[in-house]
Amino acid sequence: MKMVAEQQYIDLYTECRSFIDDHSAPVLNAMRQQACDDLCRLGLPTQRLERYKYTNVAESFAPDYGLNLRHIPIPVNPYEVFRCDVPNLSTSLYFVVNDRFYDKALPPASLPEGVEVMSLAEAARKSPHFIEKYYGRLARSSKDGLNALNTMLCQDGLFIHVPKNTIVERPIQVINILRADVNLMVNRRVLIVLEEGAEAKVLFCDHAIDDHQFLTTQVGEVYVGENAHLELYELEETHVKSHRFSNMYVDQQRASTATIDSLTLHNGLTRNRTDVTLSGEYAETRMFGCVIADKQQHVDNNTLIDHRVPNCQSTELYKYVLDDEALGAFAGRVLVREGAQHTTSQETNANLVATDTARMYTQPMLEIYADDVKCSHGSTVGQLNDEALFYMRQRGIPEAEARMLLKFAFVGEVLDSIRMEPLRDRLHYLVEKRFRGLLSKCEGCKLCK
Amino acid sequence: MLEIKDLHASINGKEILKGISLTIRDGEVHALMGQNGAGKSTLSNIIVGHPAYEVTQGSITFNGRDLLSMAPEERAHAGIFLSFQQPVEIPGVSMTNFMRAALNAKRKAQGLEPLPATEFLKLMRERRKIVELDNKLANRSVNEGFSGGEKKRNEIFQMAMLEPTFAILDETDSGLDVDALRIVAEGFNKLRKTETSALVITHYQRLLDYLKPDIIHVLIGGRIVHTGGPEVATMIENGGFEQFMQEA
Repeated sequence: MKMVAEQQYIDLYTECRSFIDDHSAPVLNAMRQQACDDLCRLGLPTQRLERYKYTNVAESFAPDYGLNLRHIPIPVNPYEVFRCDVPNLSTSLYFVVNDRFYDKALPPASLPEGVEVMSLAEAARKSPHFIEKYYGRLARSSKDGLNALNTMLCQDGLFIHVPKNTIVERPIQVINILRADVNLMVNRRVLIVLEEGAEAKVLFCDHAIDDHQFLTTQVGEVYVGENAHLELYELEETHVKSHRFSNMYVDQQRASTATIDSLTLHNGLTRNRTDVTLSGEYAETRMFGCVIADKQQHVDNNTLIDHRVPNCQSTELYKYVLDDEALGAFAGRVLVREGAQHTTSQETNANLVATDTARMYTQPMLEIYADDVKCSHGSTVGQLNDEALFYMRQRGIPEAEARMLLKFAFVGEVLDSIRMEPLRDRLHYLVEKRFRGLLSKCEGCKLCK
Repeated sequence: MLEIKDLHASINGKEILKGISLTIRDGEVHALMGQNGAGKSTLSNIIVGHPAYEVTQGSITFNGRDLLSMAPEERAHAGIFLSFQQPVEIPGVSMTNFMRAALNAKRKAQGLEPLPATEFLKLMRERRKIVELDNKLANRSVNEGFSGGEKKRNEIFQMAMLEPTFAILDETDSGLDVDALRIVAEGFNKLRKTETSALVITHYQRLLDYLKPDIIHVLIGGRIVHTGGPEVATMIENGGFEQFMQEA
């Protein structure tokens, strides 16, 4: 019998159900069996599915990875292995090691009263009714095989809660560290709830600190309440042995704003899905992405902005720079539903393919079922401008430097969209370093020391 | 300083230059005049090493070095500067970063440390005045949104920053009004040192009235058909290029 990719995970779940439950929380456990049934029915996504066209999921899931289902503590002191890549950025700093919230050294109380940044499992044990209201509601396991797999196996993750009218001035920085002595699979969950009138800035930095293969699934659910304002940044600087599958679902209520920045500076294989639902009128979404890939790196961003109601705005800009044999994919769908009048939407994907062997697939999609809207979409794929390159060389700028400056100029537009100034400055530095070839491994990890 | 011998060159397999020989000594200003398509810009592009052009025969030496074997940036470091006929826009690269990269690359080639930031900015300010280039332009991306005249002034500004020993002005006067032409020409004259030499490509006498070339060459069909003193410009202004056709 032909072995299907998901079978080993279904078997694992069936055999280890009790350990999985023991090291998690009832609210999370309650969803597992349904998720398992969904996974059996859906299977892992194949490239025959429109939204998975550019990434072979089964190939990433085929190897035999270890899982830490019994939550055996892995010795790690994040502060020792991690040198913060964003200095001068005064943040409330938290760590998630693999799928576990690191609670041994929490930052001194710097959050406003009532704001919670904690382990999701713990939150689910403490306030099950609250978590139940949000967990698994946006990320439906019945709709997506990866959501099903993650829901079936995940035991913990991160929970952020900002109560009504609370403004968190200082950015919340969460370092996701992948740490293992064997090849490891990590299933992580993120739940962010901003209640009415709340404001927060959240920065995720993904790092892999051991020279092993990592397979991560991350499912995030983000609720942005009425008049709430969220800035969410995700920065990946892992290594070539990391495979990341992230599904992020964002729901925006009336007059809320959400800025979602996804930056892939270094990785192995990455597939990010970001779905934003505009559920309340006068909400605004700003979505940005920057991808820098070389060697045989693979980055696939798949986005959906769903305009369900009238009078919302969305802007989307993704830029890729691909070198060597890298593969990039961008599929962005903007859906303007019937009745969503006065929608304003602009979607742009621009790509620089610097070699003959790098490949870019781009698919901007605009579907409009309303008749009074202002929408645009477009994409470009191009090479470095030879005339500009020559002009710079005539002025004495060496070719490699000139190429770097042109690539840097290309992604500058995305970096400048970052509102958090120290982060923006730091990214300028990191991106420049990346283009100089000095960031072939992540900065913050001990591998590079 | 610059010695061109029997230079033949082509682009996309089409021969444009058919045996050019030319010697420019230290401190001399030569002008190159000729009809459109005669090969004037081809010659300037070859001197600076544009990769689209292929030299099929002949040689160019610059201060005794084999210029044709040098990369464009090495030629720049050796002191060669081209004021482009059509300066290129580079969105996203600020003039400041561009000039800093260029100047420091040259200094590095000379074995010098990068210029400290404050000194660099001071130099930018000083040199900008020579061509009356607005501060606002200096903060923008290279040539982006510059008018035709501003682009040409920006070329001379870059020349002022990089202090070449040999400059080529490729139709720097085209698209300039009389005032802008004066600013650019006077700027160039201010920058000239006794040992600086130049090759000026132009269709008109107006620019030459300012720059006062020592020698004027007439280029027709890829060959220099006539070489003379400043009077050649007047001859062309009055009688066009036809009078030289027979010599061709």
